[in-house]
Amino acid sequence: MLNFDIVLAGTVNGLAAGAIYVLVAVGLTLIYGVLHIINFAHGSLLMLAMYAVFFLFTRARIDPYLALPLVVAGSFALGYVLYRFLIGRFAHGKDENILLITLGLSIILDNLALFFFTGDTQTIDVPHASGIVEIGPAFLPKAKVIAFFAALGLCAALGAYIGRSDMGKAIRAVARERQGARLVGIDVEHVFAVSYGIGIACLGAAACLLMPSFYVSPSSGHAFVLIAFTTVVLGGMGSFLGALLGGFVIGITESLGGLFLGEQLGQIGISLIFILILLLRPTGLFGGGR
Amino acid sequence: MNARRIVAVFGAALVAAFALPFVLPSNYAVNVAAMILFTAFLGQSWNIAGGFAGQTSFGHVVFFGTGAYASTILQVAWGWNPWLGWIAAALAGGVVGLAIGALAFRAGLRGSYFALVTLAFAEVFRILANSAEFTRGGLGILIPSDPRAANLQFKDPVWFYWIALALLALSLAVAAWLKRSRFGAQLAAIRENEDAARALGIDVFRAKTICLGISGAMAAAGGTFYAQKYLYVDPSIAYGVEKSVEMLLVSMIGGAGTVFGPLVGAAVLGGVGEITRSFAAGQGLSLVVYGAILVAIVAWLPDGLIGVFARRGGARRGRDA
Repeated sequence: MLNFDIVLAGTVNGLAAGAIYVLVAVGLTLIYGVLHIINFAHGSLLMLAMYAVFFLFTRARIDPYLALPLVVAGSFALGYVLYRFLIGRFAHGKDENILLITLGLSIILDNLALFFFTGDTQTIDVPHASGIVEIGPAFLPKAKVIAFFAALGLCAALGAYIGRSDMGKAIRAVARERQGARLVGIDVEHVFAVSYGIGIACLGAAACLLMPSFYVSPSSGHAFVLIAFTTVVLGGMGSFLGALLGGFVIGITESLGGLFLGEQLGQIGISLIFILILLLRPTGLFGGGR
Repeated sequence: MNARRIVAVFGAALVAAFALPFVLPSNYAVNVAAMILFTAFLGQSWNIAGGFAGQTSFGHVVFFGTGAYASTILQVAWGWNPWLGWIAAALAGGVVGLAIGALAFRAGLRGSYFALVTLAFAEVFRILANSAEFTRGGLGILIPSDPRAANLQFKDPVWFYWIALALLALSLAVAAWLKRSRFGAQLAAIRENEDAARALGIDVFRAKTICLGISGAMAAAGGTFYAQKYLYVDPSIAYGVEKSVEMLLVSMIGGAGTVFGPLVGAAVLGGVGEITRSFAAGQGLSLVVYGAILVAIVAWLPDGLIGVFARRGGARRGRDA
């Protein structure tokens, strides 16, 4: 039967997965907090970044961890351009409209991936990241341990950037009071695009950390999008700290759900949390209102 | 156009649509036409909530799948006649619609939040269907083939064409009623400005919930049609996100909140599908085109394709199309 050690092992496993969800969710919550738009293409853009990591490894033999700066920079550029030329033009009307536009974008990306990369799942085998690490009662793939620490490190770096740098200051100013920010001479459209770019850059980093221990297929985006939204809603839309906590809660829920309810039914926990939070406490655990 | 002329035009179109299979060259063409009509019907079910009342749903399969499973299980495990099961399925879809509506609208979910919660409900239903005993999990349920009209099974695809046509005609009648009735006007007021509608004394919660119930019953009826046509249902067919997206797409592309929008959208999507299929195998490319059309429609043509024709007919008529 289940004993304490197995539950503990499941928890550790969930924490490791949760760190990646934090990284994905931080990007989503930043975009929401600054732009007040819900980026439904978030999962699909993650899928795209994962394919980028996959092809950099298989075609150019670039190690996924060394590819991180490259993929992050590429993701940032893609996000910036997407915002400037597509999303930003329509971002400030009804909120369903931007949801529908990003849905359209995700349909386009998912099916382009299906067309060019086929529906097969792809994995990469990174020798120096394979192997098992023993942590208490849990046995974790080395790649997941690396991902855990790297994800937290990147979140801390991002937090410091938003907190300390001039651009970070501008982002916070725009998030709080965009009209006022405009009046003191901040280029608001540029800040919006940078924020969206940073949000997508988080996905690029997540993709590099995920690929050594995960797989990618054109439907990967869909698998992640509900997880990302649940994480963000749980912590409170727009809350940085909330995304951090939400990510770990979701990771553990998923891991323990699988343990107690089995592979199939275990996935239900995430959707149920999502529904319950929206119905009972839509501002999330840390959100200050919508 | 006055009411009598609309009825006359509508009746003539119905007769023409009824006779269409006799001039179509092959069973394949009849099938394509049947699926366009059926998709238009499903789109209309989405449109009742998403277009007329402005409650954008990302998880309308929750009703579609419930209908497909309800009639199939009643038939296979309980020995019900599928015609009777069809009615039960529509009722089940209506109840699910009322329940989700009551929960979501009581919690005050609007706009994107409502869309996301419907997506999550659909996911919950999919996972449940995937793991429950009475749905036979991921194996799905096979309906034993016995093609007789009493069994709602037909050898000749033309019958499904006619049934799809009847469903569509019924849904158009519901939509036309919404355009003209007091209830429809309430929904339009809610769509345009919910707070103002409430200030006018409209019971917003009740109107939205009933609307989702009607929409759910229609989508569930569509689920039964689908199950009877393919004699099979499984969790990813019944509750897969693709069908939700398809319903939303045809309605948005044709023109959300218009009577004929979903039909126009379904015809365009059906046409695009046939064209891209002749270029390249696989579904991928046609959906890329659909996604691009959706972006373009939301960005530049908020009234959908039908809005383009309506605008030509004079801006005054606008959404009356």
